[in-house]
Parts: sequence; C-alpha cells; structure tokens
Amino acid sequence: MTTTTLRAPDLGRQTRLRLFWLCVVLGLVAICCALSIAIGARNVGFGDIVAAFGGATDTIEQAAIAKRIPRTVLAALAGAALGLAGAVMQGVTRNPLAEPGILGVNMGAALAVVIGLAWFGLASAQAYIWTAILGAGLTAVFVFAIGSLGRGGPTPLKLALAGTATTIALASFVTAVILPRNDIAEGARSWQIGGVGGTSFATIWQVVPFLVVGFGLCLLSARKLNSLALGDDLAAGLGENVVLARWLASLGAVILAGATTAVCGPISFVGLLVPHICRLIVGVDHRWLLPFSALGGAILLLSSDVIGRTVARPGELDVGIVTAFVGAPVFIWIVQRYRGRDL
Amino acid sequence: MSVILPIEANEVAAVAIVRRRQSLRRNLVTALLAILVIAAFATTLMAGKSFVGPLDVWQVLLGTDMGGLNFTVGQLRLPRAILSIVAGLSFGLGGVASQTLLRNPLASPDIIGISNSASAAAVVAIIVLGLEGSGVALFAVVASLAVALFIFLLSFRRGGFGARLILTGIGVSAICQSIIYYVLSRAPVWDAAEATRWLAGSVNGAAWPQILPASIVLVVCGSVLFNRANALETMRLGEDTAASLGVRVNLSRILILLSAVALIAFATAAAGPIAFVAFLSGPIATRLVGHSGSMLLPSALTGALLVLVCDFAGQYLLGARFPVGVVTGALGAPYLIYLIVVSNRAEKS
Repeated sequence: MTTTTLRAPDLGRQTRLRLFWLCVVLGLVAICCALSIAIGARNVGFGDIVAAFGGATDTIEQAAIAKRIPRTVLAALAGAALGLAGAVMQGVTRNPLAEPGILGVNMGAALAVVIGLAWFGLASAQAYIWTAILGAGLTAVFVFAIGSLGRGGPTPLKLALAGTATTIALASFVTAVILPRNDIAEGARSWQIGGVGGTSFATIWQVVPFLVVGFGLCLLSARKLNSLALGDDLAAGLGENVVLARWLASLGAVILAGATTAVCGPISFVGLLVPHICRLIVGVDHRWLLPFSALGGAILLLSSDVIGRTVARPGELDVGIVTAFVGAPVFIWIVQRYRGRDL
Repeated sequence: MSVILPIEANEVAAVAIVRRRQSLRRNLVTALLAILVIAAFATTLMAGKSFVGPLDVWQVLLGTDMGGLNFTVGQLRLPRAILSIVAGLSFGLGGVASQTLLRNPLASPDIIGISNSASAAAVVAIIVLGLEGSGVALFAVVASLAVALFIFLLSFRRGGFGARLILTGIGVSAICQSIIYYVLSRAPVWDAAEATRWLAGSVNGAAWPQILPASIVLVVCGSVLFNRANALETMRLGEDTAASLGVRVNLSRILILLSAVALIAFATAAAGPIAFVAFLSGPIATRLVGHSGSMLLPSALTGALLVLVCDFAGQYLLGARFPVGVVTGALGAPYLIYLIVVSNRAEKS
C-alpha cells in the first residue's frame, strides 16, 4: 500500500525527467547535424548553406555543403545503428563490455566485404550489405561460442577477450587481403578504418531498408530485454521465450552492425560508450534505454565526424579514429571497475 | 632403512635420466634452431630476384669489389637480413620474458599494447618532433616504459594480473593506434600505403642507422635477461617460493620488465611492430624444446627464424609482395584464437 502511494508520483517525476532528457538529446542531435553541415575543411557562409539546401552547387562552398548533407545523414544513421546495437548486445549478453566493435562483429563484416571485393567481384551496394551481415552474423556466433566455453559460461571478461582477440585476428586478415591489391587498396583503406566521408544519397537509400528492419527488431525486443535482465529463469517464469527473445534481438543488432559496417567500415566503441552514458541518464529500462542509445550514438558519431574534420585540416581524420580515441578510455574504465572472480 | 634406500636411489636415478634427456633435447633443438637461423640468413643473402652464389656472397661480405653485387647483396639484402635477425631476436626475447614473468601466454608486448605505444611514440618522434635515428628509439623506449607502467599499475590487484591486464592493454592499444593515425594524417607527405606497410611491420629498406641502436640494446638488455634467467625460472614457481629460494624478486622483476620493454621498443622503432612475433616465439619454442629450463635462447632464435622466413615468404613466395608483419599476422591470428579456446576450455576442469 505504502509502496504504491510512494511510487506513483515518483514514476510521474521520472517520466517527466526522461521526457526532459529526450528533448535535450533531440536538441543535441539537431545541433550536431547543424555543426556537421556548417563546419568542415572549408569555411562557408550562411547564405551558401541555404542555397545548397535549395539544390544549388554553383560555388565551391555550395558544392562542399552538398557533399556534407548526405555525410551528415549517414553519420546520424550509422551512429544510431551502432549505439542501438551496442545497447541490445549489452542487454542480450548481460555484459557491460559487449559492443559490435569489441565483440568483433564489425570486423567480421569488414573481412567478409573485403574478401567479397577481392575474390568474388562484389559490385553493388546490396551485395556489400548482404555479405557484411553474413560476416557479422558468423562472427557473432563464433565469438559467443568461444566466449561461452569453460566454467561459468560467457562471463563478461571471457566474452570481451574472445571478441578482441577475434578482432585482432580478423584485422590482420583484412590487411593481408587488402595490401597487395592496389586497385581496391586506396578505397578500402579509408573504409577499413571507418569513415562516413564521400557518401551519397544513392548509397544511403540502399542501406535504409536494412536499418529499418534492424531498428524494428531491436526496439520491439526492449520489453523482452527487460525480462532477460532479471535472469533466464525469472524471464522464463514471466512467460518469456528466452531463446527466441535472445535470437531476435541479436539478429536485429547483427543486421544493424553489418549494414553500418558495409557502408562506413568497422567503427568501434560507439556501441560501448553510448549505452553506459544513457543508463546514467534514463536508468536500466530498455524501453527508454534503446531509443536514447540510438540518439546518443547519432550525437557521438556526428560530433566525432566534426572533430575529425577540424583537427586535421586541411586533411580529415576518419571518424573511426576519433571514436576509438574517445571510447577506449571508457573501455579501460569499465574493465577496471568490473569486479569478479574471473579476473 | 635398507628397504627405503634403493627406492630413493632408483627415483633419483630416474629423475636424473629424465633431466638428462630433457637437457639433451633442449641443447639439440637450440643448436638446430641456431643452424636454421644461419641457413635462413644465408638464403636471404643468396636468393631473391636474382640468385647469387655463396662464394660471391662471401666475397661481398669480405669487402671485395664485385660490381653490381655489392649493391644487391651488400646494401639491399645484408641490412635487411641483419635487421630481420636483430628484430626477431629482440621480439622473441622481450615476448617470452614478459610472458614468463606475468605467467600468461597472452601477456606478450604486442597484445597488451606495449608494441603499439612504441610505434605511436616513434611516429610522434619522427613527424612531430623531427627526431632521427637513436633519438626516435630513445623516445619510443621512454614512452613505452611509461605506458607499460601505466597498464601494470591500472591492472594490478592482489593476486596478480589476469584478463584485466590483457583487456586494459587492448584498450591502450586502441588509443595508441588512433594517435598513430592522427599523427600520420598530419604528416606533410601522407602516404597511406607506406604508412600501412610500416604499421604492419616491415624490414624493407633497412639501413645501418636504424640497425645500430637496436643491436646495441639487444646486446645490453639481452645480457641482462640472460643474467636473470635463473631468477625468471624460479619466479615461475610463485613469488614467495622464489623469495625463499634467495631470488631478489622485486629487483629481478623490474630488471626483466625494463629489458623486455626496451628490447621491444627499440626493435619496433627500427622495424615497425612486426605483428605477433613476440607473441608467437615463446609458445613455439616451448613446443619444440619441452618444458625444461630457460626459454630465453630458444625463443630468441625462434623469433629470428620467424622474421627471416616470413620476410622471405612475403617477398618471393606469395605472389604479391607482403611486408613481413602481414605474414606473421596471418600466422599468429589463428594461434591467438586457438589460445583463447584452449584457455577457456582449461577452466572447465
């Protein structure tokens, strides 16, 4: 009795607080998009930006803006996909270190694409995406299988170790495939690090259907992830089909990670960092956490891209480098904080 | 008493036989490795795009004027072969020293971020600070020592290091990697292909000014390590046991880690972080020699052999020209995964 009377106003305040944060986050996304269009290797005036949105590409400034618009859209989409995939993977594996980059899923997708490029003559964006999703899925299963061996099943550190080792291994295969092929090397190298530059709306439209499916699967599994968080036995007791829930959510995350990697290359640490910050803001309820992680991922990738364009003028730093620099310290911090007997 | 004595004598004799057999195997394998290293060295000098006979090579080494051969053999192949050996020995020694000291095959400098911090420092020294030669190497060694200290302090808990050390190192590695890319992108001539080659580790275009500092450090730190070989072996039994057996544990630990890091840093500054040589040499040597006595010499020789053979294979046997680090990377990657599988399985029992 007392608990309900105490809780009701509390919940209301919590919802209001979350809505407030939602506005803040949406505002930040908008600001980052604006910055991403306004800031770059070349300084542009406001008039040029307006003209470029009207479709004009008469001056160099306007042409530069026209290039930045698809890039901004892609950064926002990719960031959202990676942030969401990270949150879902952390939920499915109940592992604070899970993330498509650290678990090797992105690198698996990258290796699949590179092999397809080198030996099977992949040409269309569709083929890239399917190959990448296949590679991502295989790697996810592989890493999870290795990480689950031995006592205690897939403990966070075992899973992270299996994932990072797989990432290192796959990365050296990627280098071995790319290096002697000068025809694909130049394009593949920047892609291998992870970048959103040089994209077009044609490419983005190719990936959108996959992202929609991925977003759908992930967001629909929010309630199931809440049950899973209680432990498998309790979730089953609540009438949840634990295995199905896990597979559906993982499938969604793998599709998101694979499709993003197919277009941007393997970008690490976005899916690690963002859900942890979002959990501080909105708590552990996945119905709130998942959308926030998507928005937060978009903010992180947009701002990282802007930073990458400004710190290395007149050149550019691929966004994957910036996210690694920001995200790796957080990874170390989480590893430090984690206490358990399997250290 | 008269009943017990013969059994004891038997056991002592049996242990002695096993020990003798083990040390015989050890010496044989070590000698064989040394011969193989020399053979690979000679092959590298002789074979290539054009074959040069052993007598001609010998003449070039003696300094006789042999025309074009002086360039091919004396200036292209010889520095390359020597850098391969120096780097291989250094990586092998540094790797096995830290793996043995930390009692974890994953705790090799190239997995826990020390090699990457050395290359990040080298890149910063060359491009940002404009240093050259031994200045680069010194900067690399100071920086990677600092990073190693940072990693150890972060991940040390009572009861030693574990997965925490490896994962912290991997995180540090990622940071160093992004520093490397950032600095390279600021370089006046941003040659992505060349950078990728160096980052994979390559002995291509080796020159004496690179080789000299690495060789000196190899001699100095190598002697320190061999001097501490017994302490290192005893510390495998546990630090308390080692201390009670008269090993000065803290001093030995510091000396061994310092030497290992210095070896790795100087070799990396000279040849780039040749992937997985430090990680692979120790385990391969242990497989060959068996668990007996110090692994330092066999591992060093294995490292040198790995670099020589992989470099030769990468240049001439694989169709395209690969830097040595790509070949060792492709070799080491499956082993890394295998090691994770085995160590996870072992926990079951």
